[in-house]
Amino acid sequence: MKTMTYVEALRDGMRFEMNKDPNVYLAGEDVGIFGGCFGQTAGLYQEFGPERVIDTPITETAIIGHAVGAAASGLRPIVEIMFIDFTGVCMDEILNQATKMRYMFGGKAKVPMVIRTPCGAGVGAAAQHSQSLEAFFTHIPGIKVVMPSVAADARGLMIAAIRDDNPVMYIEHKGLLGVEGEVPEGDVVVPLGKADIKKEGSDVTIVAWSAMVGKAMNAAASLEKEGISAEVLDPRTLKPLDIDSILSSVAKTGKLVIVHEANKTGGFGGEIAALVADQGFDYLNAPIKRVTAPDSPVPFSPVLEKAYVPGEEKIIAAVKELFA
Amino acid sequence: MEVTKETLLGFYETMVTIRTFEEKAMELFAAGYIPGFVHLYIGEEAVATGVCANLTERDFITSTHRGHGHLIAKGGKIDLMMAELMGKVTGYCKGKGGSMHIADVDLGILGANGIVGAGQPIAAGAAFACKYKKQDNVCVCFFGDGASNRGTFHEALNLASIFKLPVIYVCENNLYGISNCQRDHMNVSDISDRAASYGIPGVSVDGNDVMAVYEAAAEAVKRARKGEGPSMIECKTWRHRGHFEGDPGIYKNAKEQEAWIKKDPIIKLEKKLVEYEYAAEDELNAIKDAAKERIEAAVEFAKNSPDPEPEDVLRDVYAD
Ligand SMILES: Cc1ncc(C[n+]2csc(CCOP(=O)(O)OP(=O)(O)O)c2C)c(N)n1
Ligand SMILES: [Mg+2]
Repeated sequence: MKTMTYVEALRDGMRFEMNKDPNVYLAGEDVGIFGGCFGQTAGLYQEFGPERVIDTPITETAIIGHAVGAAASGLRPIVEIMFIDFTGVCMDEILNQATKMRYMFGGKAKVPMVIRTPCGAGVGAAAQHSQSLEAFFTHIPGIKVVMPSVAADARGLMIAAIRDDNPVMYIEHKGLLGVEGEVPEGDVVVPLGKADIKKEGSDVTIVAWSAMVGKAMNAAASLEKEGISAEVLDPRTLKPLDIDSILSSVAKTGKLVIVHEANKTGGFGGEIAALVADQGFDYLNAPIKRVTAPDSPVPFSPVLEKAYVPGEEKIIAAVKELFA
Repeated sequence: MEVTKETLLGFYETMVTIRTFEEKAMELFAAGYIPGFVHLYIGEEAVATGVCANLTERDFITSTHRGHGHLIAKGGKIDLMMAELMGKVTGYCKGKGGSMHIADVDLGILGANGIVGAGQPIAAGAAFACKYKKQDNVCVCFFGDGASNRGTFHEALNLASIFKLPVIYVCENNLYGISNCQRDHMNVSDISDRAASYGIPGVSVDGNDVMAVYEAAAEAVKRARKGEGPSMIECKTWRHRGHFEGDPGIYKNAKEQEAWIKKDPIIKLEKKLVEYEYAAEDELNAIKDAAKERIEAAVEFAKNSPDPEPEDVLRDVYAD
């Protein structure tokens, strides 16, 4: 075990695989000497050189498109989109190319590529640099979606994502990059599609991912003092989703609150709620609650942004409603 | 082209206002008054000034993440800008947009933009509307060297060229897109060469010479107003600061930086004004002092303005 920040951990995951597999390379805007907009790739250019850590022009369409071609031809690209908001610029390459090629070709192609991209509000970056767009991608068959919440998962999921033979959307939260945690060293993978119980509890299940896990943990600690024992479950991978772990938890607690930073309508919380309503209806003794951002773009002003991002108090209130 | 004393002094005043605004924004960002990202225009003032001097309130512009200078040159109100930078409800966007999204639609300013290259087709659309309505107004699209590598650039210029739209594409080539320098991000040295692929005029000018920019833009605007279609102007310039505040700019060569600082567009214009005996040093200082005063007043306005209310989050998502 080693203490690392989330950003160091995800970088260490990339470094580990780059050392192991010469077909893994990294490309994106300012990933070289600049080290990434949030320092995610710092030092990798010096370590692996310009052939494997490649600065591209501002050209998201070609960043993703070239990765599809390179992946289909035997390489394993890690490509960075500087903010998840910019995936709008290369949506065809994700939606109609990377994720469709294998299926359309009758299973005869492999597209092993990782799209690394930061999400999330909280840094005053406003409507085009702060979104949580995971549900756009979970809706597309053919791509996996991971969203680590702690440093250990950031590293383990990165290694798993690079080794996976499919396109993987690796979504890192800007607000978590500097958060420290204990991280196992060496060849330690966090398998895709496996949830993690971050805190055990018996009265209510809180499903949260990415930056919302920390808030759910704080909410659970406050609720504990009031006699409510909350279990905090982090799916870590949204697609494939470990629905079995969610169902087992709900079978134990009988109550479910889902928390995500993305806005509500069409958010992935709705999918989890539907799955639990379908497969775990008998376990439930209360309605399923969702705590999410409102259906608006992310506002700039700190006052508005604070009102936008779901906070602990909203999670606590949603849980308490179930016990009223 | 004959340029009067008044015109040149007007340029000077605009450029000094932009510089003073930016220096203030830098200070306020460092002091924690301005949240988020701030991309400063220091060193590039001659471009917005020389171009916008050819426009009226009825003309449109699309701006970029580095947009403060475009707004000021197009007549944007500095108090509303400053309040927006601080996220105040009195700001241009009621605190919803911040530095990267300042707009004044009434003045034809269709916004700064957080998406590099997004303004290029939007500008074509504004120009389309001008032409559709059979008016002689035009749209100017400001964008960077980096943005000229986006697909939007190529698609927009092609569209504008076949539709003969009254749009002027002004490339602010400050030789870098964040850390990526031009020779590493494209294979041409004059970005204006790209205009030829669309069969439209393209020129490169010294972007630190406000007169050169003004003249090139005058020609392009005249063409657009006459219905002769789009043009492209490449203005070669340099940003003095990091990409955004907080970027130390380690990727830049110190000698190159030094050489470009010497070519500061404001100093260049000052020399000309003195040489032509259009203004003495104390007159120039008076212009600077007046700009400082106006900026200070804007800062006071912004600081004394209220924050938005949390309920405002859900306002303005849709038109009623
Ligand atoms: C589509 C998109 N890709 C990447 C970015 C991140 N980004 C913001 S500014 C910038 C550099 C822009 O360079 P240039 O167009 O030359 O403008 P300059 O900053 O030099 O004024 C980048 C890469 C973005 N905002 N939008
Ligand atoms: Mg540039």
